[in-house]
Amino acid sequence: MIYSVKNIRFSYRPSLPVVLNGISLTLEEGDVLTIMGRNGAGKSTLLGCMLGLLRPQQGEVQLCGEKVSILKPRLIASKVGYVPQNHVPAFGYTVFDYVLMGCASKVGLMSHPGRKEKEDTNKALEMLRISHLTTRKYSELSGGERQQAAIARAIVGKPKAVLFDEPTAHLDVGNQVRVLRIIKSLSENGFAVAITAHDPNHALLLGGKAAIFDREGSVVSGSVEEMVTEEKLRALYGEKLVLRYLEELGRSVCISPNLKTIKTMRLPD
Amino acid sequence: MRLGKIASGGGKTAVLMGLLSVGLLCGVVLAVCVGKYPVTPKESLRILFSVVFRQPVTASGMTVNVVLGLRIPRILASVFVGGALSVAGAAYQGIFQNPLVSPDFLGVSSGACVGAAFAILMSLTTVFISLFAFIGGILAFMLTISLPALLRNRSNTVLVLAGIIVGSALSSLLGFIKYTADPDTQLASITYWTMGSFAYVSLRDLAFLIPLLIVPMTILILMAWWIDVLSMGEEEARTLGADVTKMRGIVILCSTLLTAGSVCIAGTISWVGLIVPHFARMVVGSGNRRLIPFSALLGGFFMLLVDTLTRIIGVSEMPVSIMTGVLGSFFFYWLIWRQRDRIR
Repeated sequence: MIYSVKNIRFSYRPSLPVVLNGISLTLEEGDVLTIMGRNGAGKSTLLGCMLGLLRPQQGEVQLCGEKVSILKPRLIASKVGYVPQNHVPAFGYTVFDYVLMGCASKVGLMSHPGRKEKEDTNKALEMLRISHLTTRKYSELSGGERQQAAIARAIVGKPKAVLFDEPTAHLDVGNQVRVLRIIKSLSENGFAVAITAHDPNHALLLGGKAAIFDREGSVVSGSVEEMVTEEKLRALYGEKLVLRYLEELGRSVCISPNLKTIKTMRLPD
Repeated sequence: MRLGKIASGGGKTAVLMGLLSVGLLCGVVLAVCVGKYPVTPKESLRILFSVVFRQPVTASGMTVNVVLGLRIPRILASVFVGGALSVAGAAYQGIFQNPLVSPDFLGVSSGACVGAAFAILMSLTTVFISLFAFIGGILAFMLTISLPALLRNRSNTVLVLAGIIVGSALSSLLGFIKYTADPDTQLASITYWTMGSFAYVSLRDLAFLIPLLIVPMTILILMAWWIDVLSMGEEEARTLGADVTKMRGIVILCSTLLTAGSVCIAGTISWVGLIVPHFARMVVGSGNRRLIPFSALLGGFFMLLVDTLTRIIGVSEMPVSIMTGVLGSFFFYWLIWRQRDRIR
């Protein structure tokens, strides 16, 4: 068992509404979990609790059998790689320097990465097939290339789990598929992977497990086949989404309904 | 950028650092020679060597006095202060993820000014002016960092806002001290002090103050790689494995000591901590492991140049900030001009 989330409750302040309301999840080696929910449902908050950035008021998150709330950042980082939502650093670090930061959990306070870490970085760049970008500046990469560099950084420290916050946001369809392919490959190579996603098709493509946030901040989880159904999707997103099995792909796809336009989209004179 | 390509590898940075060190040494010898009382390069080298190797000095008494009593302390002070301010600037810029941050933005310089001005107002001696400046700088810094603690929000934004609040409150206080100061004597020396000068440094003060700069500078050079990690932002740095609170605390403390120590030696000097790291970044790239040591050397070189110019231009001595301000604004204009298409 890599991750075990036990009945956690979280709100940002006592006066604010509860975001996570008794959530339980498990994540094992080779699992891929797609976390779905409406905007602002608490998907990123859940990742924050799993990473030890946020501390749940109730319940606990266990990482490889240890409580995340008492682990040092260094220990958490050695077990979990994180791919945050695309953000550009203030300085123009090279892709190599950017990926090298993923080795931080192995570097001492008054020290810097050595030969071993640099070799690992080169290997991670090769694995993600971005060795040709080594000396380019991260800030000058395209969205897809940035995501590949961020994934290389998340796995260079050889973690057990990799968490992604909306890995396909702001990417074109081709890059979305490429990133999902990498995510699926990671899970097949033994990493425990969790992502947050907005498109039900991504859950259907990845397979594995899915977790859906309801309106009260609780989560129901199970296999993708159980969770991603027409009925559940319609309840979740409030639109008449259609799920169809496609013979040639051998899996279901989710399709939006035709648009019923608003007749009075005009400001009064 | 051409310069950036040259220095893309670690080996090339080492070569550039070597060249800069040689340039700095030549600059030191040159700075010993020039001035109102000229000294030949041969004489100055002979005096320098006899000091380094503890040999009896063989030169005229006046020359020895000028070189050892006046020029060497000034040169040492300008090199160390330039290096310290540049390292502090680079480190602050890194951890606050903002290339426009300068070492004085946490209120350190304003606090030091108030401390020094108060000492001048009380007609205290120069030792006390330095001491009060240091204490003022540290107190202002503590006031700045206490605000985020009171608000229970430890984000960078709150800290920067706190710096602005403390800085402007202290400049009002400085204004008040100037208003009550004797316009003939005290006001002039307060003004002179707030514009920075190396004219009054003595070897005795430096013996105490330079170690105060070397220790934090060494720590920052050793921690430089972690500044890269911290510059990713608080949350991301934590997920990478950094103990953000502790590391950021060490970096801020060291940078503040560097700033306060520099202000003690030479008063407040504007622009250096902002532009030197900028220029260094263009030459060796953004990685702090190369940037911070390079900034130290470049800042020392730049400050030596500026101080030597203020010594030889004009009849009476010009405050350093006038020169750094002129050079700094031209440099900044050039920087913006170069990036004009990318600024939105």
